[in-house]
Amino acid sequence: MQSLEITKETLRQEGERLKAEGFRFVTITCLELDETSLELIYHFDKDLEIIHYRMQIPKDAPMPSLSPVFFAAFLVENEIYDQFGIKFDDLVLDFGGTLYLDDDDDITATPFCKFGVKRADTVPDAE
Amino acid sequence: MLKKIVEHSQIKSPWLVHYDCGSCNGCDIETLACLTPLYDVERFGVLNIGNPKHADVLIVTGTVNKRNKKVLKQIYDQMPSPKIVIAIGACGLSGGIFREAYNVVGGVDKVIPVDVYVPGCPAKPEAIIDGVVEGLAKLSEIQKAGKPKKEAIAS
Amino acid sequence: MSKTIVPFGPQHPVLPEPIHLSLTVEDEVVKEAVPAFGYVHRGLEKLAEKRDFHQMIQVVERVCGICSMIHAMCYCQGLEHLMKVEVPRRGQFLRVIWSELHRIHSHLLWLGLYADAFGFESVFMQFWKIRERIMDINEATAGNRVIVSVNQVGGVRRDLSPSKCDWILDELNHVEKEVKALESTMSNNYTVKKRTVGKGILTREMAYELGAAGPTLRASGIAQDMRQLQYEAFDELDFEPVVETDGDAFARGLVRFKETIQSIDLVRQAIARLPQGDTFVKVKGKPEGEVVQRVEQPRGECLYYIKANGTKFLDRLRIRTPTFANIPPLAAMLPGMELADVPVLILSIDPCISCTER
Repeated sequence: MQSLEITKETLRQEGERLKAEGFRFVTITCLELDETSLELIYHFDKDLEIIHYRMQIPKDAPMPSLSPVFFAAFLVENEIYDQFGIKFDDLVLDFGGTLYLDDDDDITATPFCKFGVKRADTVPDAE
Repeated sequence: MLKKIVEHSQIKSPWLVHYDCGSCNGCDIETLACLTPLYDVERFGVLNIGNPKHADVLIVTGTVNKRNKKVLKQIYDQMPSPKIVIAIGACGLSGGIFREAYNVVGGVDKVIPVDVYVPGCPAKPEAIIDGVVEGLAKLSEIQKAGKPKKEAIAS
Repeated sequence: MSKTIVPFGPQHPVLPEPIHLSLTVEDEVVKEAVPAFGYVHRGLEKLAEKRDFHQMIQVVERVCGICSMIHAMCYCQGLEHLMKVEVPRRGQFLRVIWSELHRIHSHLLWLGLYADAFGFESVFMQFWKIRERIMDINEATAGNRVIVSVNQVGGVRRDLSPSKCDWILDELNHVEKEVKALESTMSNNYTVKKRTVGKGILTREMAYELGAAGPTLRASGIAQDMRQLQYEAFDELDFEPVVETDGDAFARGLVRFKETIQSIDLVRQAIARLPQGDTFVKVKGKPEGEVVQRVEQPRGECLYYIKANGTKFLDRLRIRTPTFANIPPLAAMLPGMELADVPVLILSIDPCISCTER
């Protein structure tokens, strides 16, 4: 699987460029690499050609959201917040970690991480 | 006299409410298929009703998860007594293939008392109809005993 | 008139599955729609750590009971790619036959529910009656009505005898005749038009930008269908994506109606060209590496991301289902519509909530 590298700083800019070129946002895949880092893979499609952008990020840092550029990204970013605990800034529609999870002890946990972090630690402004 | 009419019609024309509680759709569409021309339970007076307050029988498909257990309990509490609950499919019985998933609580009987269990993945329409018939026999027993139905298990 | 928030769902008579929408309403007109989920979420992707990659086929089949065969096909394609296995040609054709049968049954099911959403109950009953023939084919060929479970890594587990093929063709002739008898109802009937024409319009640009998938995208004039990727035996079959240009609920209905007829034709083509040979190859070893696999489901593009590490447990399995992609377009098409049209519009994207939440 071939993929391109992308960073936090260039994400929005690259998103704008892809949108102008006629790419369609497909989805984001989140992976846990080890105890401290996660990997995000952004998938875009144009005329049945799919391209992937990779980014490695530490677990405890918030991410810029892609949803102001591609509205469709809000759902998957909320899902990643539920499952991996990455906080996305400027989400157009923020479910605050309750997209799927309901119980109080679940909301602060990250069910998809083997090396779980309490979400309250990663999000300073969480109530 | 009036009581007799009500009791008789409850058995002869039961009204069902169906709640999908995290099922994969397999059991749902089989439950719906019971109402369509090939199986057509409506000819026996069995009606699918959207409103739990009108219903005698609650049909539950799928596993209970942490969010819908509250909805399920609410629907059960809204139904007037006497009432029976039928759990459909392997997931409704025990959690089935999903029992180890993190958001799954387990079978329907973890939240509300279940009277009839219909196995299968998914349960066939014939099995579902058979389950409803079994359930009605139980409902008639409850009517004869005249005992109020036990309340929902506290979660 | 002040604004009112109307809760819609999770248990609602028109919805076969639980989804909740908070509709901000002003004078019966929806101003904003915010969806809420979680009533069907099970956490299936996480099960890949507890079940080995062969057992996961049974799990992914139960992501959604309606398009179960296509989910398993996509998953197996991904693993076959990683393990460098080539499925025998006969196996590929059989996969096409079962997947197109699933598409027919899913579309007939949807056409029925859609008619029921605007109160046309006789059409609902008609479509579901036709659908029972497809369920009979599934049961006769694979042993189960809904979840057929024919896939394995390396091919399909069951074969079709020539007499079964003839019987399928005969049943499909009946299905086609009965579906075509309802064509004028779906395309010309006053009631159907009154409730669907001009409702929930997604323009070409909107649909593309919001990431719509499948019939929802094609009803807005974009001819994109993952079957054009020519996976399995689609390279040998003649097929053109069905496109409508109006982008409203009526167009979405027409796309699905025409696709039903098209799928019947695809099954016929596949049976006519069915080669002799094995249906599967034995696979050895464990998968390693990562792959993205896409197929066209009845509801649209489905994407599987698989990362394997050389053991029998997968590192990560990610499933992006078509309804997941169609939720943002739904949220965008509801504002400006009347409250009474909301059920029809929700159904017009063919929502599969158990797919969305997994």
